[in-house]
Parts: sequence; structure tokens; C-alpha cells
Amino acid sequence: MQKVMLERAKALLSDGTVRAVLAWEKGDFAYDTTPAVFNSAERLEKGFVYSPFCGANLSKYLIKETQKEGKILVFLKPCDTYSFNQLVSEHRIKRENVYVVGVECKGMLDIEKIREKGVTSLISASWEGEQVRLVTADGEILADSSELMQERCLCCKSKKHVAYDELLGEEGEVLDSNRFDEVARLEAMSAKERFEFWRGELSRCIRCNACRNVCPACSCEKCIFDNPDSGVQNKAAADPFEENLFHVIRAFHVAGRCTDCGECSRVCPEHIPLHLLNRKFIKDINELYGEFQAGETELPREPLTEYKADDVEPGVVYERGAE
Amino acid sequence: MHRIGVFVCHCGTNIASTVDVKAVAEAAAKEPGVVFSADYQYMCSEAGQNLIKDTIKEKNLTGVVVCSCSPRMHENTFRKAVSAAGLNPYLLEVANIREQCSWIHKDIKDGTEKAIVLTRAAIAKVVLNAPLVAGTSPVTKRALVIGGGIAGIQTALDIADAGFEVDIVEKRPTIGGKMAQLDKTFPTLDCAACILTPKMVEAAQHEKIRILSYSEVCGVKGFVGSFKVKIKRKARFVKEDVCTGCGLCTEKCPMKRVPNEFNLGMDERRAIYIPFAQAVPKVAVIDPDHCNMLKNGKCGVCAKVCSVGAIDYKAQDSFVEEDYGAIVVATGFEPINIDAYDEFAYSQSKDVVTSLEYERLMNAAGPTGGKLLRPSDGKHPHTIVFVQCVGSRESDGSPKCGKSYCSKICCMYTAKHAMLTREKYPDTEVYVFYIDVRTPGKGFDEFYRRAAEQYGVHYVKGMVGKVVPENGVLKVRAFDLIAGEQLQINADMVVLATAIEPDKTARPLATLLTASMDTNDFFTEAHPKLRPVESPTAGIFLSGACQGPKDIPETVAQAGAAAAKVVGLLAKDSIVCNPCVAHSDEKLCNGCSRCERVCPYGAITYVDKEFKMPDRSIKIRRVSQVNEAVCQGCGACTVVCPSGAMDLKGFSTEQLRAEVDAICK
Amino acid sequence: MQVNNSTGSKDVFRPKIVAFCCNWCSYAGADLAGTNRLNYPADVKIIRVPCSCRVNPLFVLQAFQRGADGVIICGCHPGDCHYTSGNYYARRRMTLLFSMLDFMGIEKGRTRVEWVSAAEGAKFADTMNDFVSTVTALGENRRLEDLRCRK
Repeated sequence: MQKVMLERAKALLSDGTVRAVLAWEKGDFAYDTTPAVFNSAERLEKGFVYSPFCGANLSKYLIKETQKEGKILVFLKPCDTYSFNQLVSEHRIKRENVYVVGVECKGMLDIEKIREKGVTSLISASWEGEQVRLVTADGEILADSSELMQERCLCCKSKKHVAYDELLGEEGEVLDSNRFDEVARLEAMSAKERFEFWRGELSRCIRCNACRNVCPACSCEKCIFDNPDSGVQNKAAADPFEENLFHVIRAFHVAGRCTDCGECSRVCPEHIPLHLLNRKFIKDINELYGEFQAGETELPREPLTEYKADDVEPGVVYERGAE
Repeated sequence: MHRIGVFVCHCGTNIASTVDVKAVAEAAAKEPGVVFSADYQYMCSEAGQNLIKDTIKEKNLTGVVVCSCSPRMHENTFRKAVSAAGLNPYLLEVANIREQCSWIHKDIKDGTEKAIVLTRAAIAKVVLNAPLVAGTSPVTKRALVIGGGIAGIQTALDIADAGFEVDIVEKRPTIGGKMAQLDKTFPTLDCAACILTPKMVEAAQHEKIRILSYSEVCGVKGFVGSFKVKIKRKARFVKEDVCTGCGLCTEKCPMKRVPNEFNLGMDERRAIYIPFAQAVPKVAVIDPDHCNMLKNGKCGVCAKVCSVGAIDYKAQDSFVEEDYGAIVVATGFEPINIDAYDEFAYSQSKDVVTSLEYERLMNAAGPTGGKLLRPSDGKHPHTIVFVQCVGSRESDGSPKCGKSYCSKICCMYTAKHAMLTREKYPDTEVYVFYIDVRTPGKGFDEFYRRAAEQYGVHYVKGMVGKVVPENGVLKVRAFDLIAGEQLQINADMVVLATAIEPDKTARPLATLLTASMDTNDFFTEAHPKLRPVESPTAGIFLSGACQGPKDIPETVAQAGAAAAKVVGLLAKDSIVCNPCVAHSDEKLCNGCSRCERVCPYGAITYVDKEFKMPDRSIKIRRVSQVNEAVCQGCGACTVVCPSGAMDLKGFSTEQLRAEVDAICK
Repeated sequence: MQVNNSTGSKDVFRPKIVAFCCNWCSYAGADLAGTNRLNYPADVKIIRVPCSCRVNPLFVLQAFQRGADGVIICGCHPGDCHYTSGNYYARRRMTLLFSMLDFMGIEKGRTRVEWVSAAEGAKFADTMNDFVSTVTALGENRRLEDLRCRK
């Protein structure tokens, strides 16, 4: 797959279709790939990588890149294309300045899970059907991919690209995902248990802003958390309320626009399951206002800028879930 | 540096009895930025206003807080005072310490504490107030009147006489409304048609009035001074401008058995018909539910007999969009459905009728040609029982869902019916069962007493419990509260004084107009005493029974008052806009379009704009812009804006947050 | 139902309640409650907003942060919004926000949305009496408070 992608990128670069390529670049270790803009075949040859560690969603980088003149090529995994559409609908990405190559994805690996398995000195990883081949300094290991995959990939919502100019690899379908199970489990708890759960999770927050910085929906020119006039400008978490406030506001700001790409949880250095907050909004929206998937199309549609005269009353909250 | 003045009103004892106004003034004086704080007997009085004006000048105030009644009452008064002293009128805040404090709390400590918090919140807000300048927007010098009954006709005539164009939209094929169905009018007993039809004709012939009959309002956009109204013109299947109203078609149409709504279904009309002889416009209309030609293409008689070729079977509903500066609602009333009152046997006997049906039975153009005959057998009735308050004055939550209010007109029209019946047919015994007889009005009580004393109408205080039809007789069982005895009257007819309610079209219309209604679906006034013909929604006026039960003289008086208000608006070339509108900070705007999508007025547009970046490069960004003349200041956009670029003047995020802080402190 | 608000004793918990009322319906309804002398506790402090859709979820959170024990938002009845659609947006926003607060374990009774028309003075007073007693029963807000407030 990596080879096919590399060849295609070089071809489009050389025939002048695109001025640059937005893709993943190799890091010091197999698992630390980073998003990068490649502007020559040489750089691509040297640094380009597409491996089970290329989890980063590249759509957000297009906000800046498509402001520039000429087209840029971007490789998007199925879930990334939802973010892409959403950003196009919000006029954040100039669609005419981007050439989207959809690439197949079999799920991304979680380095923590690999470490928990006792694997060290990892050199590379690759998919082999339902399994993953891990090459280490000590030899090769064949493991069940389900044991090593990131949580968000285990409950993948779609293997289908919703936006692309061309596709490489196999195209999949929208999946029947069980991604709301964890939210439902929390909903079934008592209010006190939920409060304890979230205090336990959110009290670890160090306000590094990684979740916001990586989030494709957080694309404001100036984030309210950076704006002294907003009254909620960034502060170190001085007390328990601060984390609640920060994360509820952030989740609310992206509610209806969040595509559930899961980047927030992936980048959280404290491993806070932030995606559960977003997913709670998505689940509520689905249940109260009808199934909705942000980014499914380029059409500017979203539940919080729409209404129906017979929408449920806010009192519905009191009737749902356990106390 | 802020220099705030705080003025605490006693409102006589209205505030001072449950709020320690001196303590409030003292507490306010300690707030940062406050340089003057005092209490005064009546802030709204001239002397009170002068105190504000003088202090602004003396102390060089930068903001004013008045702690008094609701801002809905006197905000404008105080704004004017502030403005007269040279300060921007929007540098004023009102702390509502009467309606929302002194009047609801009995404990002086509670009331004072709360008043201090409310004052603090107002001070916190006023220091963030910015001087605002109101723009103006032009006024379209045309009015729309919705409803062509006596209220609508009178309003339209009065507006037109003042020289402005008026359109009347009437949902039925003719104007005239309920009054056209009445026989005589109380208390003078003049004939309703004789006084109404000249007005209908005058409206039709007035050069400034256009009647859009058989039409409905189906969309309203815009705001005071510039409404855009979409009107559905229902297909008549008869060309209005060709038909001469000769009525030949209505005689030849073979479809004879259609219930005649003008006579409340008590006789029949044809499928093509003119509602009544004096209809305006006097143009035939085809009822598509009964016309064979429209239903299955077999007939065409009316087209054959029409000498002018006015029949058009292919006609379709059409839509027109018109501009107006003001809209008058005159949708009137309907008698309620009395299915739930089966104890009166309305559904079991044809001889139990509603008052409006009785009105038609008495009328020369009615189903019996003006002879009082029982609907069941066409015989002359000798005993008639009138039952008052059917569906009116019921306790809230009654199982029959009756109305809690008094329908107001029933006592008088029942007295009229009773009197007319006794006059024409002295051999008829007439009983009226009542809870109370209410006759406030000029000449009303005299009229009622004439009925009871001179015409020998039997007034019985008490309610009818049951009416049982038996062998052509209506056995009326009732209780005479004064004699304290059970009564049974064998009546030939029973007449029910049915409660009236707002027309069914009023509720959806109120939604289109964003005009508010009360729980009974009557339109609410801007102020129950001082602004009775205006809706709280600017540019919407109320005429007639759509605002509450009314008799004809009251309706006509209110219709004229509404017209005067409309004329007052249309006489202006432009009106001052609300300056509390949304505003977008271009530096923060992402160009996401969310605000544009929620704006109910289409006030937000996006433009590509060049921005100089810190490195002197030029960047083109898509940013939102608010049309301040169109924005009505709801603030929906401010909350959907993810970046906080959108804010609302007068109710800014910063101001509201300051109020929250002051209250929670 | 009426909550006795004349007890001045310090032991009795008196909640802080912030009520956002839209100018056209609920604020007028609150005025009517006053005109009709309908009693409700002084713990309720009203902030006037043009429309319920002006209430940013941020304001609700901030009120809790600053020590409010309950926040209620009142607007025109659905379909009667002065601005046609404002309360419909508010309804979705607040439903989702409240559901989220519940999801984080904040007591449900501390938040409420109620539609009160300009004619419903009695409903306004009843609503406030009921809300204050609900919040009083829940006690002080601890779960969503900025602890620095208590200093």
C-alpha cells in the first residue's frame, strides 16, 4: 500500500497536478510518525510512510495548506474524510485547492497495548489479514490485530470514504459500530458514580490543550480559550471546576460538528477518554433528533443550527438514564 | 473612569413598603464606580426625571441605574430623561425592584437583600454599556388587514380615508363576517344588514382599498415598516373580474344539496353559489368539494349558462407577495363546538339551536324567510327556552373544556332574541335561564329591563340541567335558584347561548406574525390598559374580537383605534430601529456560516475581505457581516458562533456574564 | 406550593438561583406575577435577555462556577417566539447541555427550561416555587463549583 501511494504521489507531483503532498513522515521510532508536507519526490522517497501507526487525521492541516496557491495532495483514511467534509461545509478548506486520495485503513495500532504485550525494540509493523506482523530487534511476532488496535478503531464507524478525488486500495462500507456502548455503560451508572468517574478522569487534565490543537472541529481563528475577552481564557487547572468547564465547553463547541474521529483521546498525554464526551453528544443527537453523522456530506447541515417544531422538551433529560 | 449614578425609587409605598430603599441606595453607593446614589419618592415623575438630568450634569455621570418598576414600564421614560441631559440613552439600566421584588416578597429583609443584588447586577452591566445609536428603516406606506368582518372593514375604511392604501385579506368568498349573519342588533334593534352592507360597498368602492377575498395569509417576513406577506388566493373557478354576479349559474347548477354555511347548514345551496345577496365582491364561487365538473368532469352547466364566460374550471390556487408597513389582525370569533354539552340535546333534536342559528331563523333572508318555525316540523313554536352561558364562565380544568371567560355578548343578544320573539309572536312564552345577567353598556340595562318587564320574558336564575326530546316536545329540567324549586318546562324550542372563541385560523396566524396570544388564543395587547390595540410585536395591530369578546360598538371603536395607530405609523417616512443588534468581530470570524443559518431574518451575509497580516502580507478571509437594519437582536447567532466573534449590542456576552457574577457573588 | 422565605436563620439553606428570562414572554410573565402579587422566594434573581436563544451554555456553567445552586431558563412557548425560532434553538442547546451535565454526574434538578408566556404570571410563580424547593432539597452545589468562590 505504501508503495502504491508513494508512486501515485510522485506521479501527481511530477505532472504538476499538485504542488505538494500532505502525508505522514517517518519518525525516530516506528510508532512516532508525524504529519508533514512534502514538496519533492526526493523528500517523499526519504520520509513518506503509511503504516499501522499513521493514525493522525490530516484534514485539519488543509485549512492552512489550501489557503496557499495551487493544489495539494492529501491522503485521507475513511474516518478522516468525514472531518474533511465537515471542514469544507464550514468553508474552512478550499475544496478546489486540494486533491484527495482516499486510502484504505485496516485500523491503527496502539503502541501502549503493544508495550503491554511485552514487545520491545519495535522496528516495524504491518497488516496481514486479520493479524499484525510486528518486526522487532528480537525477531517477528504475529498477533491478533484486535488485541493491539486503538480503541477508536475497534469500534470503527466507517470504512467508506465520503469524499475523494481518487481511491487507492479497497473501498469499504459504513459499519454497524458499537461505539456508543461505553457511553451507555456510563449512562447506566448512578449520578454519583458518573461524577466520581469523571472526577477521576478529568482531574488528571494538565490543560496542555493537545486535544484542542489536534481537533479538526477546533479550527477557530482565535480559540475562546486563548482570548482574554472571552472570560474563559486558558488557565492552569486551579481547581476541579476548571477541568469540567474546559471540557464541557470544548465538547459543546464541537457538538453537532464533531465527526467522532477520536483524535482528542489519541493525543491526550493523560489518556483521558475525552471522546466519550463528544460521543455522548452524538448519541443524544441521534436519539433525540434523528441519526446524524457530521461530515457525511459536504452539505451544511448540523443539528444545532436546525430544529423541528416538535422537538423533545429539555425535560426529557430528567426522564432518561439512572439517577 | 466610570461615574455611575444610582436612583432608587420608592414608587410611593409600592417599593418602599417591602424594600428598605435607603439601605439599597447606601449599598449601591459602595459599589465601585458609583459616585452618586439616592432614593426618591417617584422617579418617573417630572421631579424624579429632573433629579436624573441634574445629577448627570452636576456629577458628569457616565452611566445611570434606576431601581424602580419593570423596564418594560419605564425604560423608555428614563432613556429619554438621560438623553435630554446629553448622555447616550443606552447608558441606562433599570433594576426591576418592583414587579420582580417588592411586589412578590413580604419580608422586608428578603426584599431589601434581593433589591441590593439586582441593583448590583444593573451596576455591573451599566459599566459595560456602550453608547448606541439607533439607525432608521423606511416605512412602506401600505397596510394589510387580515379579516373582512366589521372590524376589518372599519379599520380598512379609516386607514384608507387617511389616504393610505389598504388590502383586506378575507378567507371566505365575501367580506361581511359574522355581522352579515345577524338579524337585528342590540340595543337599538336596527337591522344588521342595513348598517353593514353600506360599509361593505364603501370598502369595495374605495379607491385606496383592495379586497382579496377567498384568500389567506400564508407567510410573513420582515418587521415593522417593511413586512413581506405571501397571500394565497384560493381558486374560485370563476373569474372575479368577469363575473357580473347575475346569479344565473347559481340557479341552474344541478348540484342542489350542498349545506349552506351562511345559514349554518339549515338550508341548501348549489355547488356554484354567491354566499348571500349583498356579498362583496358579488361574484360566484364554485365549491370544489361538490362540483361534479371539478370532481369527475361531468357537467359544465354553469359554463354553458354564463353569458360572459366567467367560469374557469382550470383555475388554480395562486400566490402573491405584497409589501406592507403595518398589519392589522381582525380575525374575529367563532361560536364554540358544543358537542360536549349533550345534556342540552343539541345533537338529538333539530329544535335545539345555537343563538347564531336562531339569528338566521329570525332573519328574512334566512332558511325560513324570517318566519319563526321549528326546524324539525316547520311549525310555529309556542314555548321557547333560552339557556345562557353554554360553555362560558366554566371553572378552569372543567371536563368539557369550556371557556373560563365570560363571552360578554350573550346576555344582550338573548334579551334581544327574547324581546323580538315576544314582539312578533305574543302567543309565545319565552324563558331565559341565566347565572347572572350582565348589562354594562350604554342603554343595555334599560334594554334588558324592557325585555323582562314590558315584554313579559320569564327570566329564571338557574341553570338548565337537562333537555330531553320526547314526542316532539323538549322537556327542559331546570332549577330556579330564587324560588328554590325544580322546574320542568315543555318547550318547543331551546336556544343555547354558545360561548365564543377566537377563530381557528388565529393561532397559526399568530405564529406567522410572531404575535403573542393568551391561553385562550386571543391576541395579547402590548399593554392591557394603555396599548389595547397594539400587539407586543411592533407593527402588528389588533382589531375586534380577535383580542377578546366584543360587541359591535366596541369592535367598531377598537377598529378605529387600530386604524389611528396604523395611520400614525404609516405617516412616518422612517422608523427608528432597535440599536441592540448583533455585531461580528471580523478578526475572530472563521467564516463557518453557522450564524447565517440560524438567523431568522436573513440579516447575516458573508463577504470575502482582505486582511493585512502582521507580516504585511494580504490574506483574503470569508467573514460575516450583519445588516443592522434587518437584524432584530434575538442573539441566536451569538451562541452558535464557535469563536465568539458574534456579539449582541446591549446584551453582550461580557454584560450578561457580569450580571451572572454580580448575582452569584 | 409555596416555599417559606421569611426564615432568616443562617442554618436554613437558601439556594442561589439564576433565572434567564426572555424579554417578550417570560420576563413579562415574571412582571405579571409581581403585578398579581404572587409570592415566590427571593432566592430567584432574574437576568433579562432578548430571547432564550441568547443564553450561551457558557453563562449557565459560569453561574454554577460562581456558586449558583440552580439555573433556570425561561422563554416563550415553542411556536410563540418573538423572533420566530429562537426558543427552538435554545431548546436543542439546553437539552444537550443538561444531558451532558447529567452525564458528568451533576444533579439533574439544578437545571431547568420552562416556557412561560406573558400571560402566565401564575405559572411563573409556580415554576419558581417548585424549582426553588427542588434545588433546596438538593442542597448546596458542590459538584460544579469553583472552590475559590468559597474563600
